[in-house]
Amino acid sequence: MAEIALKIFRGDASGGAEKEYRVEATPGMVVLDAVLRVQATQASDLAVRWNCKAAHCGSCSAEVNGKPRLMCKTRTDEFQGKEIHVGPMRAFKLIKDLVTDVSFNYKTARMIPAFTPPAGEKAPFTMYEKDVERLYEYHKCIECFLCQNVCHVIRDHKAPFFGPRQLVRIASLEMHPKDTLDRAQFLKDTALIGYCNITKCCTEVCPEHIHITDNAIIPLKERVVDEFYDPVQWIWRKIMGRNSNGG
Amino acid sequence: MSVASSNERPWWFEPLSIVVVLSGFSIYAIWAALQGQGAYHNYLSPFFSPKLASPFSWFSPAFLILWVPLGFRATCYYYRKAYYRSFFWDPPACARPELRGEKYSGETKFPFIINNLHRYFFLLATIVLAFLWYDAILAFFFKDGSGNAHFGAALGSLIFLINVVLLSLYSFSCHSLRHIIGGKMDCFTCSLAGGARHKTWGWVSILNERHPLWAWLSLFSVLSVDIYIRLLQAGLIQDVRFF
Amino acid sequence: MSVEKYEVHEHDVIIIGAGGAGLRAAIEASALGCSVGLICKSLLGKAHTVMAEGGVAAALANVDPQDGWQVHFGDTMRGGQFINNYRMAELHAKESPARVYELEEWGALFDRTPDGKIMQRPFGAHTYRRLCHVGDRTGLEMIRTLQDKTVASGVEVYMETTLTRLLKDGNRIAGAFGYVRETGRFVLFKAKAVVLATGGWGKVFKVSSNSWECTGDGVMMAYDAGAELIDMEMVQFHPTGMVWPPGVRGILVTEGVRGEGGILKNNKGERFMERYDPKKLDLSSRDVVARAIYTEVQEGRGSEHGGAYLDITHRGPEYIKKKLPSMHEQFLKLADVDITKQPMEVAPTIHYAMGGVRVEPETSASTVSGLFAAGEVAGGLHGANRLGGNSLSDLLVFGRRAGEGAAKYVKSLNNPLKIDEAQIESEKKLLLRPFNESGTENPYQIHEELQNAMQEGAGLARTTESLEKALKKILELQQRAQQTRVPGSRLYNPGWHTARDIVFMLTVSEAIVRCAIERKESRGAHWRKDFLSKDETWGKQNLVTYKDTSGAMKIKMMPTPQMPAELAQLFQQEPVVTAKK
Repeated sequence: MAEIALKIFRGDASGGAEKEYRVEATPGMVVLDAVLRVQATQASDLAVRWNCKAAHCGSCSAEVNGKPRLMCKTRTDEFQGKEIHVGPMRAFKLIKDLVTDVSFNYKTARMIPAFTPPAGEKAPFTMYEKDVERLYEYHKCIECFLCQNVCHVIRDHKAPFFGPRQLVRIASLEMHPKDTLDRAQFLKDTALIGYCNITKCCTEVCPEHIHITDNAIIPLKERVVDEFYDPVQWIWRKIMGRNSNGG
Repeated sequence: MSVASSNERPWWFEPLSIVVVLSGFSIYAIWAALQGQGAYHNYLSPFFSPKLASPFSWFSPAFLILWVPLGFRATCYYYRKAYYRSFFWDPPACARPELRGEKYSGETKFPFIINNLHRYFFLLATIVLAFLWYDAILAFFFKDGSGNAHFGAALGSLIFLINVVLLSLYSFSCHSLRHIIGGKMDCFTCSLAGGARHKTWGWVSILNERHPLWAWLSLFSVLSVDIYIRLLQAGLIQDVRFF
Repeated sequence: MSVEKYEVHEHDVIIIGAGGAGLRAAIEASALGCSVGLICKSLLGKAHTVMAEGGVAAALANVDPQDGWQVHFGDTMRGGQFINNYRMAELHAKESPARVYELEEWGALFDRTPDGKIMQRPFGAHTYRRLCHVGDRTGLEMIRTLQDKTVASGVEVYMETTLTRLLKDGNRIAGAFGYVRETGRFVLFKAKAVVLATGGWGKVFKVSSNSWECTGDGVMMAYDAGAELIDMEMVQFHPTGMVWPPGVRGILVTEGVRGEGGILKNNKGERFMERYDPKKLDLSSRDVVARAIYTEVQEGRGSEHGGAYLDITHRGPEYIKKKLPSMHEQFLKLADVDITKQPMEVAPTIHYAMGGVRVEPETSASTVSGLFAAGEVAGGLHGANRLGGNSLSDLLVFGRRAGEGAAKYVKSLNNPLKIDEAQIESEKKLLLRPFNESGTENPYQIHEELQNAMQEGAGLARTTESLEKALKKILELQQRAQQTRVPGSRLYNPGWHTARDIVFMLTVSEAIVRCAIERKESRGAHWRKDFLSKDETWGKQNLVTYKDTSGAMKIKMMPTPQMPAELAQLFQQEPVVTAKK
C-alpha cells in the first residue's frame, strides 16, 4: 500500500514546528482523513477541529501547502509526488496544533444589528423568488472563516475590520425585502467596510463559491457611497429631508 | 479553478504582468496624447474624441478628454483590485506576507477615498462612449473624391466597431451601474418598474461576472485603434477596404 | 489534585447542546426572563443540525391544500409503527407550522412557490408535499437563523465546553460539571434547570452519517442522573449514505434526492423498490428502503462497492444544481462522480436515534426534577422509525417546549440549590483517570473496536446471537476503558476527550443492545432476522432503560400510551394500520 507523508504543524502559543507523519493511503482520501488517522494511531493529542466531514459545517479550516482550505474537501491525490504541509490558519492566534482562536468572528457577529421585520408584521411573509434569489448565495456561508483568514486586512494589518464573512452576513440582512434597518452607518464606522480594498482573496478561497467581493462587499460599498460619499445625493437629502433612499 | 491555476504559475507572475501592461499602456497614452492629434480621414482616435479645441497650442486637447476614461478605469472596482495587488502589494497574492506593515487605511483616506466616486466617472465615461459610437459610425462612411460620404467598410471600421462594442461591454458591466439599476433595491416587486429593473439588473449582473475580461479587452482595443491610425498616418500600412 | 480550582458560572437555565433544539430552547427560556447559558462542544453553528439537508416537515398546505395536522400526525404514527407517544406526535403535527413561520420572522429564507409562499417538497412516507426546504441545506439555514436569534437574545454562549456530569441536590438538578476543551480546565455550571439538547449517538457505529460529537454523552448524563430512557433499541439507518471512496463511507446523501425524483436501481438496472413497496416506491419509509437496499446487496444485486445506484440524471443539470447543489458538489469533489451525468452509489448508514430520554410531551421534562430534554436526545415522538423532515420540526417544537418547561420550573422553585462537592470530586477522578501512569489502552482503539462490534452485532439486521456477541464485546471493552492512557497535557487534547467519550458510548451501546435483545419482533428500524414479523403485544409496549440503585442497567416494559378516541378514529378507515410484512 502506498503511503502519504504529511508534515503537520505541532505546537502551541509558545511555539512549535512541523512534524512528519506517514499514513497508509486509501482511494479518495482527503487531508482530514489522513490527519484523523494520524490522531487515532500516532498522536492522540493532535488538536484539530472537525465535524461533518462533508464540507457542510466549515470546521476543518487549515492551510494546506500554504493555501487556506477545508481539509475535508482537499484530496490527497491532488498533491501526488509533493509533500503535504498542514498548518493552522495564520490570521488567528494559535491555540494548539491546527486549532486557532476564532472568537474574534463571534464577537463581531454579536455586534451586527439583527434582522428586524416591520413591527407587527407576522409570518407567513409573502416573498417572491425575484426579491430573495440573490440572498440564497449569502445564506450558503458555512462560517469556515477561511475568508477571514486570507483577508490581508485582518491577517497582515491586524485592523479591527469585520472581514468578508460578516460583510456577507450584513449583505444578507440589508437586502432582505422584509428587513427595516439601515446598516450603512454601521458598515462605515463599525464594520469598517472602507478597509476592504476588494482584492478578492476571500472570493478565491470560499469553499461555497460565494462571490463575496462582487455580490456582497461591492454592493454594500455602493450603498455606503449613497449615504456618505455621493455629493448629489447629499444635496438631494438636504433639500428633500432624509426620508427616501434604498436602505 | 483559481486555486489550481495559481498553483501552476509562481505567485509573482500575475502582479508583475499587470505592472508591465498598465505601465506600458500609460506611457503609450501619454506619448499618444503628446502627439496633439490622432485623426486619419474618417477615423478619429479615441484618445482625441470628442474633438475639443485646446486653448493653448502647446497643450494637447487629448488631456481635456483622457482624464475621464482614465478616471473611470482608475476608480473601477476591478482595476482597483489589480493595482492594489500589483503596485501596492496590498496583498501581492493571496496568503502572501505583505511588504507594508501597520499603516493601512484601505479606502478610508485620501487618495483612495476618491474611489467612492466611481459612479460619476461612469456617467462621464458614458457620455464619452456616446461620442465613440458616433466615431465608430463615421468610420463606416468614406468620402469620395468629390467630398460625398458613402457607406462602406474597411479593416479600420471593423476595428472601430469592435473597440466600441468592447468599451460598451466594459461600461455596462460596471459595478456602480449594477447598483444604480437594481443593487440598491431591497424589493423589486414592491417598487415602481421593479420588474423591468429586475430584468435589467439581471443582464448587468451577467455582464458583470466578466467585468475583468471586458476591462482588459477594451484596454487593448483602444490601444489597437490608436496604433492603427498612427500606422496609417505614417504610411506604414494601407487600410484594407472591403466595399 | 482535588485542590484544583475550577471556573464557576451561574444561570437559571443551562442548555447543553447548541443544535436546533438547544438554540430554540435557549431563545424560549430567555424570552421568558431566565438567565440562560448555552454550552456546546464545538463552535457555535457547527452542531449536527447543520447537516440536515432535505427539509423541515410542517403541514403548511402551501402546495397540497389537502394537507393538515391530522394527516401529518397520521403519517408520523404510521412511520413510527404506533409505538410513538401519540401526544408528542399530536403536538408536533399541530405546532410545526407555527414554528416554521416563526423562523421566517427571524430571517430564515426558504425556497418560494411562484405565489411567494414557502415551497414544499415530497419526502419518504409523507402523504403530501410537506418539507419546507432551502435547496439541500435546510439545516444550515435553520441553525444560522436560530444562532443569530440566540445571540441577539442575550444568551451567554460557552463554546467548546464539554459537560460530563449532571449534579444533583437530592432529587433535583443543581447544575453540571465538565471541562473547557481549549484549556482542559474544569468548569462548573450552577443552574436550577438543565435542558439536554445533545443529539444522538451515531458514533457508536462504524458506518455513520454522524460527526464526532454524536457520542451519546447527553443521554448518558441523564441516565447517570437517574432519568429513564425509552426505545433505546430503535436506531435509524438512513437508506442512502455514500459508499465510495472509503473515506466518505456513511456521509449522508439527502432523501431530497429521491424527493426530487431520484430512482434507486440495482446492478441489473431494475427499479427494485417496485418489489418492496409498490405504492410509495423510492419514497417509502426509511426502514423499508434501507432493508430493501440491504437485501439487494445480500442477494448479489448490489452496486460495485456494495450498495445501490441512485439516479437523478433525468432531471437535467440545471434543476439538479439548483435543488441539490451540495450533493452535486459533494459527489464531484469527494467521489469524482458528476450526479448530473452519473448515478450515485448509496448504502444504508446510521443516521438517527429514535430512542432517548423519556419526557413529558407538554414540557419535555424528564423523570428527574429540573432535567428537560429535547430533540434527538429525547425519545418518544418517532417511535420505531422517524420520517425524514420530522427531526427538524421536532427540534423546533420540543426545543421551544423544553425552554418553556424549564423556565416555568425555575419560577416555581423557592429554596436555593446546593452543589455537592463529592459528586464533583468523583467526576474529576473519572476525567483524570487517563493520565494515570498505569493505563495502557488507546481510547481510539477501543472506540474502533466498539464501532465494529455494534455495526456487526446491532446494525441493520439483528439476531439474538449477533446481539449477544456484541454485548459480550461491550462488557469487555467497558473493562478495558478503565485502563486508558493518553499522552500530552490537558490543553486541547482530543485523545483525552475521547477517553471520557468512550465511557458514554460503551454505556449507550449496552442500552441499545440490551433493549434490542429484549424486543423479540421486527418493528420499524428494529429488524430481527430471528423474529421477522410484528408482534401485537410488543406493539403496545415501550422498553424503558434505567439505572438501579446498585448502578446496574435495568430494562422494563411500559405500555404505550393509548390514543383518545378522536385521534384513534383517524386510523379506522385504513387497512394500513394492520401490520404488513
